[in-house]
Amino acid sequence: MIEIDKVSKSFEQKKGTSYQALDEVSFTIKQGEFVSLLGPSGCGKSTLLNLIAGFEKAYDGTIRVNGEPVKGPGAGKVVVFQEHGLFPWLNVLDNVAFGLKQQGVPKKERHARALEGIKSVHLSKFIDRYPHELSGGMKQRVAIARALVMEPDILLMDEPFAALDEQTRYILQKDLEDIWLRTRKTVLFITHNIREAVLLSDRVLVMSTQPGRIKKEFAIQAARPHQAGDPLIHHYENKIMETLSEELEKVVREEMGHDYRIAKNAVPDLPDRNLGIGI
Amino acid sequence: MRRTLFLIFLIVIWELGYRIFDWGWKFPSPLQTLEAFYDGFANGHLFGSIVASMRRLLISFVISIVLGTGLGFLFARFRFFDETFGFLVVALQTVPSIAWLPFAIIWFGLNDTSVVFITTIGATWTMSMASRTGIVQISKIHLRAAQMMGTGNGLKMFYQVMLPAAFPHLITGVRVAWAFAWRALTAGELIGRGLGLGQTLQDSRDIGDTATILCVVIIIAVIGTISDHFCFKRLEDGIMVRFGLHAAKK
Repeated sequence: MIEIDKVSKSFEQKKGTSYQALDEVSFTIKQGEFVSLLGPSGCGKSTLLNLIAGFEKAYDGTIRVNGEPVKGPGAGKVVVFQEHGLFPWLNVLDNVAFGLKQQGVPKKERHARALEGIKSVHLSKFIDRYPHELSGGMKQRVAIARALVMEPDILLMDEPFAALDEQTRYILQKDLEDIWLRTRKTVLFITHNIREAVLLSDRVLVMSTQPGRIKKEFAIQAARPHQAGDPLIHHYENKIMETLSEELEKVVREEMGHDYRIAKNAVPDLPDRNLGIGI
Repeated sequence: MRRTLFLIFLIVIWELGYRIFDWGWKFPSPLQTLEAFYDGFANGHLFGSIVASMRRLLISFVISIVLGTGLGFLFARFRFFDETFGFLVVALQTVPSIAWLPFAIIWFGLNDTSVVFITTIGATWTMSMASRTGIVQISKIHLRAAQMMGTGNGLKMFYQVMLPAAFPHLITGVRVAWAFAWRALTAGELIGRGLGLGQTLQDSRDIGDTATILCVVIIIAVIGTISDHFCFKRLEDGIMVRFGLHAAKK
């Protein structure tokens, strides 16, 4: 369970001004729930994840994970990063077993458990490969296996599929949903892709930008596993798109000047409903 | 193959030159050099010198690698340390280590310790700069990943993540440190007393034995090349390939 209560965070900028990344954000993620945090680039969603993960300190408000205030990284929270973060000097097996090694699990057992984890992401053939020998999708699978093998209570995923091509992303989304249905971990998933958020989550929290706030919340009440063709899924996508087009306009204006306007109804036709890429 | 031919060609020219111009004892002929090689190894003097020099070299090398890596780590992690002592090291790096020999002689006397001392100094600074760069350039995501998997921020983090992550830089540092150590060692031994390659050079000069001088020069070149090519270069290539920094050659 993750409880976020009135969390604010600002960064010092060079000229002495401060930049408010998060403004009194509050929400709760229940045990076993899959929640996505969706928003345009720069809305503070990654900052929030870093706070929950314990990578960054110094914020206002309280963050509790399983009732305990966050003290630092580790302790049942595992992160899957956008750029995989695998260790290039270790092969797949040792990368996955790394976390268990830190827990003092004996070699035989940790290799057995790592193998299990690698199997669950369908990479058994590649256990002795090094990260640079793997494709982007495979690296991300290893990163997921590395996270799951530690049997965390909470999985924090920071745009894990953002750098992948469309097909690979689709397959990994399906696999992640499978894994989640099997393990029922609590997942906080960060993305700027509306379809991805709706396809994977029980709940989508839409963030507004500058400062970052939770703008609206959508409970995705569609049958699991979610199907891309499900009209209900499509309906949620459109509703979220409406909510977000305002935010999008804000981002675009910020970057391109104040005379820029997005034509009405133009945004929902973006081909893959991606936000933030290429702006 | 091409290299071997070239070497043979060089030796032939050299012998011819010696015969045609007849320049006398100031530079030996290939045959005299070969003879000096044979004599030197037969009476064990050359071999003894090599062993003695290598012993000094290895001692200083190990000290400077450990010390340099440690210093580099401190520079990379503690800003204050970097801005104070780190600046000094950059300055010290420009001082040829042989310049410390007078001090070394005053402190330790004309003996092995002095030679080891300046050899160590010669290699430590470059090693520390290389290790600093290596550790500074470790990507944040690797450090975070390690922390989240429970390495903490102490020794476990250092030898399981920072050291291997900095390896490509470290190994380059080791190569340069080896070359620097060699230079400092030979220079130090020229002045120091006892048995060693540098001392042999100096002794041979005293008695005008140019063939032995050339022998020692060749030995130094050969050991340097072999150690770099077969030891460090191999190691470096292996690591680079493993890290995916460049594709495997051939």
